[in-house]
Amino acid sequence: MKLIFERSVPGHGTEYLPPCDVEEVALPPHLRRAAPPKLPQLSESEVSRHYTQLSKQVYGVNCGFYPLGSCTMKYNPRIDEEMAALPGFTNIHPLAPGYTTEGCREVLDLAEKLLCPITGMDAMTFQPAAGAHGEFTGVLLIKRYHDARGDHQRTKIIVPDSAHGTNPATAAMCGYQVVNIPSAPNGCVDLDALKAVLGADTAGLMLTNPNTVGIFDENILQITQLVHEAGGLCYYDGANLNAIMGVARPGDMGFDCVHLNLHKTFATPHGGGGPGAGAVGCKAHLARFLPKSALMDGQDDHLQVRSFHGNFLVVVKALTYILTLGREGIPAAARGAVLNANYLMRQIRGFQPAFDRICMHEFVLDLSRFKKETGVSALDVAKSLIDRGMHPPTMYFPMIVHEALMLEPTETESRQTLDEVAQVYGELYDLAHQDPDYMHGAPHNAPIGRPDEVRAARDPVVRQKL
Amino acid sequence: MNVPAELYYSKTHEWIRMEADAAIIGITDFAQDALGDVVFVDLPAIGDTVTAGEAFGDVESVKAVSELICPVSGMICDVNQALEDAPELLNEDPYGAWIIKVSPVEDQEELLSAQAYAAFCAEEE
Amino acid sequence: MASYIPSTPAQQQQMLQALGLADWRALYRDVPDAIYLEDGALDIPGGLSELEVRQKICAMAAKNKPFATVLRGAGAYDHYIPSIVRYIPTKEEFLTAYTPYQAEMSQGILQSIFEYQTCICELTGMDAANASVYDGATAAAEAAAMCRDRKRRVTLISAAAHPDTIATVRTYCYGSGDELRIVPARDGRTDLEALKELLGPEVASVYIQQPNFYGQLEDAPGIGQIVKEAGAHYILGCDPIALAIMGTPREWGADVVVGEGQSLGMPLSYGGPYLGFMATTAKLMRDLPGRIVGQTEDAQGRRAFVLSLQAREQHIRREKARSNICSNEALCALTAACYLAAMGPAGLEQAARQSMAKAHYLAGELTKISGVELVHSGPYFHEFVTTLPRQAQALKALEDQDILGGLPIREGVLWCVTEKVSRAELDRAVNIVKEVCQA
Repeated sequence: MKLIFERSVPGHGTEYLPPCDVEEVALPPHLRRAAPPKLPQLSESEVSRHYTQLSKQVYGVNCGFYPLGSCTMKYNPRIDEEMAALPGFTNIHPLAPGYTTEGCREVLDLAEKLLCPITGMDAMTFQPAAGAHGEFTGVLLIKRYHDARGDHQRTKIIVPDSAHGTNPATAAMCGYQVVNIPSAPNGCVDLDALKAVLGADTAGLMLTNPNTVGIFDENILQITQLVHEAGGLCYYDGANLNAIMGVARPGDMGFDCVHLNLHKTFATPHGGGGPGAGAVGCKAHLARFLPKSALMDGQDDHLQVRSFHGNFLVVVKALTYILTLGREGIPAAARGAVLNANYLMRQIRGFQPAFDRICMHEFVLDLSRFKKETGVSALDVAKSLIDRGMHPPTMYFPMIVHEALMLEPTETESRQTLDEVAQVYGELYDLAHQDPDYMHGAPHNAPIGRPDEVRAARDPVVRQKL
Repeated sequence: MNVPAELYYSKTHEWIRMEADAAIIGITDFAQDALGDVVFVDLPAIGDTVTAGEAFGDVESVKAVSELICPVSGMICDVNQALEDAPELLNEDPYGAWIIKVSPVEDQEELLSAQAYAAFCAEEE
Repeated sequence: MASYIPSTPAQQQQMLQALGLADWRALYRDVPDAIYLEDGALDIPGGLSELEVRQKICAMAAKNKPFATVLRGAGAYDHYIPSIVRYIPTKEEFLTAYTPYQAEMSQGILQSIFEYQTCICELTGMDAANASVYDGATAAAEAAAMCRDRKRRVTLISAAAHPDTIATVRTYCYGSGDELRIVPARDGRTDLEALKELLGPEVASVYIQQPNFYGQLEDAPGIGQIVKEAGAHYILGCDPIALAIMGTPREWGADVVVGEGQSLGMPLSYGGPYLGFMATTAKLMRDLPGRIVGQTEDAQGRRAFVLSLQAREQHIRREKARSNICSNEALCALTAACYLAAMGPAGLEQAARQSMAKAHYLAGELTKISGVELVHSGPYFHEFVTTLPRQAQALKALEDQDILGGLPIREGVLWCVTEKVSRAELDRAVNIVKEVCQA
């Protein structure tokens, strides 16, 4: 497909502004631009067609089944979008006087008031713009807590080896040494391994529960107690909250702070990679360290992780969703997600679950034996799913399972869809035994075949030369 | 797998050739095979000091990154700049495509002979 | 109340049975009794119908007061947004896709990011841009982090940068344990003599905002010389609209260019979602944080786009990654690319010229009022600071007439004008201020 620059014709364009009605002024000569930027020149109709054609080569959750493990690709309700597009929100300047922004304050206050009981926390900030940003904020709260107590010897953050890559990366950004602990054979935290590394230098533990293999850690109360006894704090990575919202609360599990991915659990769309919102909740003992805005809150010496108060419109969408679901709907969504995952795991024929037991909202298939039998890899299966018109699951994660495919169907899929999906997986299982070469070459029906990623990384072309 | 007899090896899969005035260091055939197509080598600067057992750079493939661990301590006196534009040399000729030269060598880790390294790799597989 | 679950309760019971489970509790048997919430125990109100939710949210929106005329900026700018730019990002395919990990079914989003990266490079004169970060403030913090190496760790930031940017960079430095030094401002611009003194061999980078928080235009080329001579990296935070007519940061010696991209088609939205853009030289490209889309080919030689250079990122490098960022502001980047395509080079230049011209017109008219004076003496783009007698009353009088006046700051009032405001509106605002000040 043509690049927008290849559609550009000199002189094409649409005027959107009236002529200037005041006297022109010029920049000082040494600050003037020599030549205009080579932006595309297109009429509005050409712009419209370009993006419509691009949109036909994009697959969203509203297009079909999208079981990306750890990403919670649930349906994104339209009403949420409509509410976030209200001019009473979109046209509000973040620095407008308080008496003209009471509705925005109410949105943030109400979202906090609803999310605190869901998480078992006492206070919340909406400044972080994404999950990893929320992790950064949460671990900074832990750092501030220890610093405020003059407890400077705590230099280590403990992370299980099954964790999302963001956890160790976050700990490192916060100046901590990362201590990776191996998981037990059942994929959960190995209590002995944990005890072995806990000590006076422990700043905290970062944990996802249910964990990245989709299992709720039944020892969770013991784990957080051990960390607290060592003087550390516990951070809850909310990536997997969809399994348990309204059913169990991170606060009751013993966590001191959490981040939520409003763009996963609370149904706001991912937008092809963002914007998300990484709300961070904490217990009362951390509340005074929550980030502020220098300009909006007029404070100095506070934590601040972004300008203003974060991705406000995303909070509007999440609030709309939470109000809609309410007391009954929130746990119903969690239960539906867990039920669908277990049902799909059992309906899929051939491929083996990495952990043959009840799962939470997602499960991992271990294709290592399958690959030995057929030569067909998890990647080949994923690419073959594209030919069947569905989005592949998360591949090669978590790293503790080889040839992993991780499926998270979410609660917004029907039983019929799950049955159809299981049918397709079964067909691919058979196909791998009959015609593995065909699967090595997949996808066959997509706009492109597998791209040459080695070439892309060796000789990077990251912009069009104009 | 190719393990030249005249070289020494580390358990982190670097090879070392001891010459009179310098130690020459690269990655082994086993390492390049495990990494897959190398797409980028993050090289240190000439004049940097290195410590045995510590990283002096890393090599990237599309889906992995691996630290280069220096088996000796000393000062880096030369760097194979050709790898900047042609990282694939590490795949094509791992024992010809050296990465750094260290001189003077002040200290070194315990190194493996070719035979011991081949046995070590067999265990890893 | 809805939970968007298609299965009926009866179907769900059948599915439970198929799994050999007696009830929901059995499904959650790993959750200890002590923390299991029984039905109805969640302490939030019951769910509402869509109609009720709509009324409730609309009532909140109605408590806000949008202004017909906005003369306030300070990091959030009320530029005109063509309809097409509002429409395209609402297409469900773009809106509801995840990060394009599966290139074969994501070429549309990958190509749109590649085009966005190209536009950012064109505006800044740089070689490479990433797919976006959260906002301008985090872009500055990420840039400071990418410029550090083992020997040079200290970051300098101008006191004339946006206060939220300074606070955000300070927070990131607090995290990594690195030092941040503030370069003082004099007459609303970075004090070059102070900068020279602070530039030691331990300094990794210097962050300058152009135009700065006060709207003043820094001597960006001159600062580039000073920073280069000290061997530090030069980070420029730029207004993307101003870049239509300003020299490129590349010419001024910038190593990293960042900025708040909200002006490129995103509404004010009480502060977000906004867009952090980042661009750099070919030499530093592999140090950029976040996602980068690259061009390559498939086996048949067809052009293809992929998420590239992933070995930089946290999912591969874990604790050794320079940044933990993964989700970014992709849909905002798409919006910015649409905006730049719709406006085109001529339209963008118009937006920049008119903003600047109208700001100067407003400044000229306001300073005719006795007691209203420009606080700073240097050249400015579309923001400026004045003194304002009876400040609170004047701003309130403007608000009563549906005009959001300038932002009260320590030095006075920070005004901003965009192309959206007509001369007649500006005259009306000036008259209101005049009446209050002369009353």
